[in-house]
Amino acid sequence: MSTVTDTTGAGSPAAPSATDSGPSRRGLIKGAAALAGVAAGSGALGGFPTIWAQNIKTVTLRQFGTGVSNLNAVAEKVKEDLGFTLQLTALDSDAVAQRAVTQPQSYDIADIEYWICKKVFPAGVMQPMDVARITNYDKIVPLFTTGKLTPDSTIAQGTAPHTVGFVDSETSTTFADAPTGWMTLIPTIYNADTLGIRPDLTKAVSSWADLLDPAYKGKASILNIPSIGIMDAAMVAEAMGEVTYADKGNMTQDEIDQTIALMIKAKRDGQFRAFWKSFDESVNLMASGEVVIQSMWSPAVAAVRAKGIPCKYQPLKEGYRAWGGGIGLAKHLTGLERDAAYEYINWYLSGWVGAYLLRQGYYSACPSTAKLFMSDDEWGYWMQGEAAEADILSPDGTVMEQAGARRDGGSFEERMGAVACWNSVMDENRYMIRKWNEFIAA
Amino acid sequence: MPPSHAAADTTIDTGPGTGTDAPRRSLVRLGTSAMSWLQAAPLALVLGLFLIFPILTIVVVSFWDYSEFALIPDFIFDNYADLLTSRVTWSIFASTLGYAIAAWILTLGIGFTVAYFLAFHVRSLTWQIVLFLVCTIPFWTSNVIRMISWIPVLGRNGLVNTGLMRLGLIDQPLEFLLFSDFAVILAFVHLYTLFMVVPIFNSMMRIDRSLLEAAADQGASAWRTLWAVIVPLSRPGIVIGSIFVVTLVMGDFITVRLMSGGQGASVGVMMSNEISLLQYPAAAADAVVLLLVVLVMVFGMLRAVDIRREL
Repeated sequence: MSTVTDTTGAGSPAAPSATDSGPSRRGLIKGAAALAGVAAGSGALGGFPTIWAQNIKTVTLRQFGTGVSNLNAVAEKVKEDLGFTLQLTALDSDAVAQRAVTQPQSYDIADIEYWICKKVFPAGVMQPMDVARITNYDKIVPLFTTGKLTPDSTIAQGTAPHTVGFVDSETSTTFADAPTGWMTLIPTIYNADTLGIRPDLTKAVSSWADLLDPAYKGKASILNIPSIGIMDAAMVAEAMGEVTYADKGNMTQDEIDQTIALMIKAKRDGQFRAFWKSFDESVNLMASGEVVIQSMWSPAVAAVRAKGIPCKYQPLKEGYRAWGGGIGLAKHLTGLERDAAYEYINWYLSGWVGAYLLRQGYYSACPSTAKLFMSDDEWGYWMQGEAAEADILSPDGTVMEQAGARRDGGSFEERMGAVACWNSVMDENRYMIRKWNEFIAA
Repeated sequence: MPPSHAAADTTIDTGPGTGTDAPRRSLVRLGTSAMSWLQAAPLALVLGLFLIFPILTIVVVSFWDYSEFALIPDFIFDNYADLLTSRVTWSIFASTLGYAIAAWILTLGIGFTVAYFLAFHVRSLTWQIVLFLVCTIPFWTSNVIRMISWIPVLGRNGLVNTGLMRLGLIDQPLEFLLFSDFAVILAFVHLYTLFMVVPIFNSMMRIDRSLLEAAADQGASAWRTLWAVIVPLSRPGIVIGSIFVVTLVMGDFITVRLMSGGQGASVGVMMSNEISLLQYPAAAADAVVLLLVVLVMVFGMLRAVDIRREL
């Protein structure tokens, strides 16, 4: 019954939507995934004689990545502003990681998360970017260069982007400790994740530990994507004081055992109503009232609220679990195609995309350029945590928040400054996944 | 024995190995034999390409090694060792078997009853056809839709709970209705009962009605007729339906995942988890073990009834 598989998985192929993809991750994934097949086969790019392709408008760049930043609107704007064609392919993050390594000829630009980069870049399938050719390099948030949002902030656990952001030379595949002239990924999109709650059905939630509060027995949920779920579980276990971690982003077998044991006990006690795997599942669980507290993604919270149901992306005292992605160049890119790729990257950081992403509730790598493309009210709401003066609209024009609303968690500095841990891939990944499966099967 | 089998047997008997006949006849027989090969070739080719080859690939891959992002061709038994020594595997196979048995008993009970009603209580052929088509109406939508439709019905604030609470029968919503084993089995029964109805109905329609009259003439009660005449003669249909239901349930993952809210485990769920984490060799080893288990079950059922003889 393979058709059944396809229609429900997170990264499932579906027809591309003719209309704007809108803010939801679900829509994006559905819309863009169908392009997968198109990009898969065409390896012809590098083979064209350069004489024939003198005009940059004939260039087609094939970008693939997770649905979250593979936006049709971006491809359309590229065609309009730069003249060349950007082909997008959206896959789920596991498939992205695999494809990046195993089929390096199938893409020109990889849009991957930093924890994926940690595995993919050393495989030698990508080339670093010369920062001298990146015009807005100095405007990139220092989180991605030095790891510190402000000079006195502490660096969070996990795969912090700056640790895999640079290599020593053009041909090196080992990551540099400090910023160099060669960048692996240009940051594109990032955010701080926390628990989503139904404020009308919960009491004051202030800690990750509340996920396992007996008051929410049978009404809690956690996401069943092992690499992220284990991190949320670790945040909970640490907040409860049950387990202490040296590094939640790289646990020892013993730490994994303790974390999973705690989760299995909670599951047996009936704490969880369900586990979710895809964006829409998390929205439905929350909107139907089956679940009142769960791991959630920012656009899912917005989607629940869009149904007129109260939902809050609750800031917690232990901090956020952050994630970030970026775009990088495939090893085989040379000549005109590489020039086009640099042009695309510079355009990406020049503000239009940044404003688009900010309006969806994500953050931009160069906020200062994005600001030029936003109204003061939008900037105040999304970046500064101020009350909206007018209705806040999503990029496709639907009302996301009424006037007077404030962003959950506050300003950029408050949210990204309180990151406790970055999404990561552990050395004990295989062991962790086996234990996670035991938890799911328990 | 039906003529087709007789013909097949003859073909086998007249193979080139049966030496002593006259040369001319053997030439003819060689021709016949080549003809048989030719006739069998298209199906053999299709099955070879789309069934045997993929299964062989899965078997081969199940012995491979794997890292985070790559499959490493190898010949190791680690995948099987991990699988068969893990307590989790056994509990997952047990829960899958549990689903299969529960779904089988319920679909058999309901399917047999529906088929019996259609075959023996509806007299006109037209109405039989109409009612039979009615049974297939749910299949006009995708089975994922049929499954998801249960969620607003069974949920905490769903139709059933709201209805029962309005009637004052319960004070608290019944939590077990959704995201539970109950919900999984309910969905299986809903999805797969028709697979029982069709073959059983087919078998029942072939029963010679004079046998029922004879049973009645001999003074058998309705129950005794059912038990001593109809059930034995419906056995091929029952076995075929059972094979459908058991194999579908054993291999399912999406029903279990959706209806248990991701909390239930089946072999299919385990495999889909492994595939999403790129552990193809582990998933392949699971698939091979599952295939063996299901084959044993199917052979067991086929031993109970010789379908070829009774069709």
